[in-house]
Amino acid sequence: MTSSDTPHNSAPAARADSDAKRPAVGREEALRLERLLDEARSIQGVSLWQDARRRLRRNLAARLSLAFLILLGLVALLTPLLPLQSPTRQDLKRRQFERPNLRPIRLGVAEHEAKTGRLEAELAEAPAERRGELEQQLERHRESHPEYTHWNKPNAVSRWLIRVRIALFGDWCVPSLCGTDHLGRDVLARICWGARISLMVGLVATCVSLVIGVSYGAISGYLGGVVDAAMMRTVDVLYSIPFLFVVIFAITFLTEPKIKAALAQVGVDQLVIFYVLIGAIYWLTMSRVVRGQIISLKNEQFIEAARTIGASQARIVFRHLIPNTMGIVIVYLTLTIPAVMLFEAFLSFLGMGVTPPDVSWGILMNDGLQVITPIRIYWWLVLFPGLALTLSLFALNFLGDGLRDALDPRLKNR
Amino acid sequence: MANFLKAGCKRLFQMALTLWCVFTISWLLMRHVPGGPFSSEKKLPPAIQRNIEARYHMDEPKIQQYYEQLKSTLRLDLGPSYKLEDFTVNEIIAQGFPVSVSLGVFALVFAIALGTTAGVISATARYTAWDYSFMLAATLGIALPNFVLASLAIILFVFVLDWFPAAGWGSLSQLVLPAVCLGAPYAGYIARLTRTGMLEVLGLDYIRTAYAKGLSSQRVILRHALRGAILPVVSYLGPATANILVGSVVVERVFALPGMGSHFIEAALQRDYTLSMGMILVYTLLLVSMNALVDVSYALIDPRVKPQ
Repeated sequence: MTSSDTPHNSAPAARADSDAKRPAVGREEALRLERLLDEARSIQGVSLWQDARRRLRRNLAARLSLAFLILLGLVALLTPLLPLQSPTRQDLKRRQFERPNLRPIRLGVAEHEAKTGRLEAELAEAPAERRGELEQQLERHRESHPEYTHWNKPNAVSRWLIRVRIALFGDWCVPSLCGTDHLGRDVLARICWGARISLMVGLVATCVSLVIGVSYGAISGYLGGVVDAAMMRTVDVLYSIPFLFVVIFAITFLTEPKIKAALAQVGVDQLVIFYVLIGAIYWLTMSRVVRGQIISLKNEQFIEAARTIGASQARIVFRHLIPNTMGIVIVYLTLTIPAVMLFEAFLSFLGMGVTPPDVSWGILMNDGLQVITPIRIYWWLVLFPGLALTLSLFALNFLGDGLRDALDPRLKNR
Repeated sequence: MANFLKAGCKRLFQMALTLWCVFTISWLLMRHVPGGPFSSEKKLPPAIQRNIEARYHMDEPKIQQYYEQLKSTLRLDLGPSYKLEDFTVNEIIAQGFPVSVSLGVFALVFAIALGTTAGVISATARYTAWDYSFMLAATLGIALPNFVLASLAIILFVFVLDWFPAAGWGSLSQLVLPAVCLGAPYAGYIARLTRTGMLEVLGLDYIRTAYAKGLSSQRVILRHALRGAILPVVSYLGPATANILVGSVVVERVFALPGMGSHFIEAALQRDYTLSMGMILVYTLLLVSMNALVDVSYALIDPRVKPQ
């Protein structure tokens, strides 16, 4: 943005220079101009981003939302490292439907290691003929270490973080502050692991929609004419298609076992399909907005200049035009993320999104609602996941509104 | 008048185009599912399989099948359900449609009534406790996903307070909770829109004129200001109706209402392709006609809007 501001700042100075060279100007006039020039130099230009940042900083709701979202992001990122209970370990006998409580819970590492020690000692003393059997037993026991059994197929990074967590906190876990569910699993841990998937879907699907929407809108706006008309009519028609229904239809079709297997061979699992499908329907508004911006920008002088020095069309669109639309794109981005997250929760709630043993907030809500009966009300199963979802959507919406106000050029310097 | 006709024709053409697009997408998806409706259950002898396929035109080239199905759909015959015995898709829709529509209408009426009232009060009593509490409630309503709201409402009003029956369909008391849960986010949006619109209009000259003529403030607000402030609300009603339809899918499921939405979810989960497709087409038709209606009413309320 600073580059586009430079002409404004230097324009008066240039004019003053050419004025000063004119012989008709007297000495006093020259002094006056000198003073003007100094004054102009002393004024710092405020770029759009500086201005926006200043205005955002004054917006308390947006600031709180941003803080909350950063915190949430950190929690989601570092979930494997936090001393939470196992999100998948079931205990149908003792821990079903526990109310939120503060009773200490142990992960079972110490117990497990004690048994390992006992087995090793036994192995050391055992006669030769029992050794093979004991070694097998020890091997099996090692494989059942909490590190391998208490989490659902973590990837390499998460596995490493889990190891660090066991080394750091050992057996200690946060008590079931949010209660336990119908299988005796800790709700707090599941909410944190669910945050990872919910936020991930929000971010990735939004990026997909961003790429499609921005390129489509930019190309349409830049080329103009018949191409533009055709592309925008297509968007109009797509707008009136109720995509939720088509997507549900597409998902049932794509989760057909045979097709699922075929896709899995190519390395596409259900989550990826999900990202792409959601991203592919949320680009419409983005493309319209970007197109409008591009149309108003494409006749500016800096585009002429780029064309004069022989920049290719692709370079003009992607290097010169698109970066100048980023303000409005960011605003729409912060408003698309909650929409996408809501959509994910919605589909998961209906049983068509993320599939267990993966967890997302929508699934948690659905689980909670499934077990409600008039006799016993497990309010914590609905309240806490609902709260997590609502607070995140709340914060994202507030931040989006705040950014929109902050980046609104009509409010400049106010 | 000619303008109106031209706009109407263009609109109808666009509606038809949308419906055709949806039909084609769904048909393509449906026909590429491995195994047709007759190959899923028991293995039939090949000769019988061929006979059955011939009976249902499944041995013909794809393009011919597409054409046939398009024709029967245009005759409003959506075919038999794949999974529900003894039901055609038409019958299932005929059963669920009234439920969904009455739920949607109640929700919309609730949203408009509550939203505009709250918006007008907020705008006239600006910066008072009323204003703040209404706007906070509106933001909360917007951010709460409707299935969260519905779940919490069931726990609170059905199980704890026992004010309403939990589920079912038939009496008015069974309709209240679903309609409120469905309408709440839209009430929030409408309240915000009305407030902004009212604040803008209340500063205009013609309002000052109306006051200067000595009209009561009630008359000025309700007759003069509201009319100008309501336009953004009307244009919002198009997407709102669309979203209420979508939302009703979830609310019907939570409250176990026998509407189209619950059928749609069941059909999708059971892979009942004909039923799903019928539902998609009905919903699309509802949506596009709602949007068209909103555009027409927009032109009627605001004489400055030219039909396009």
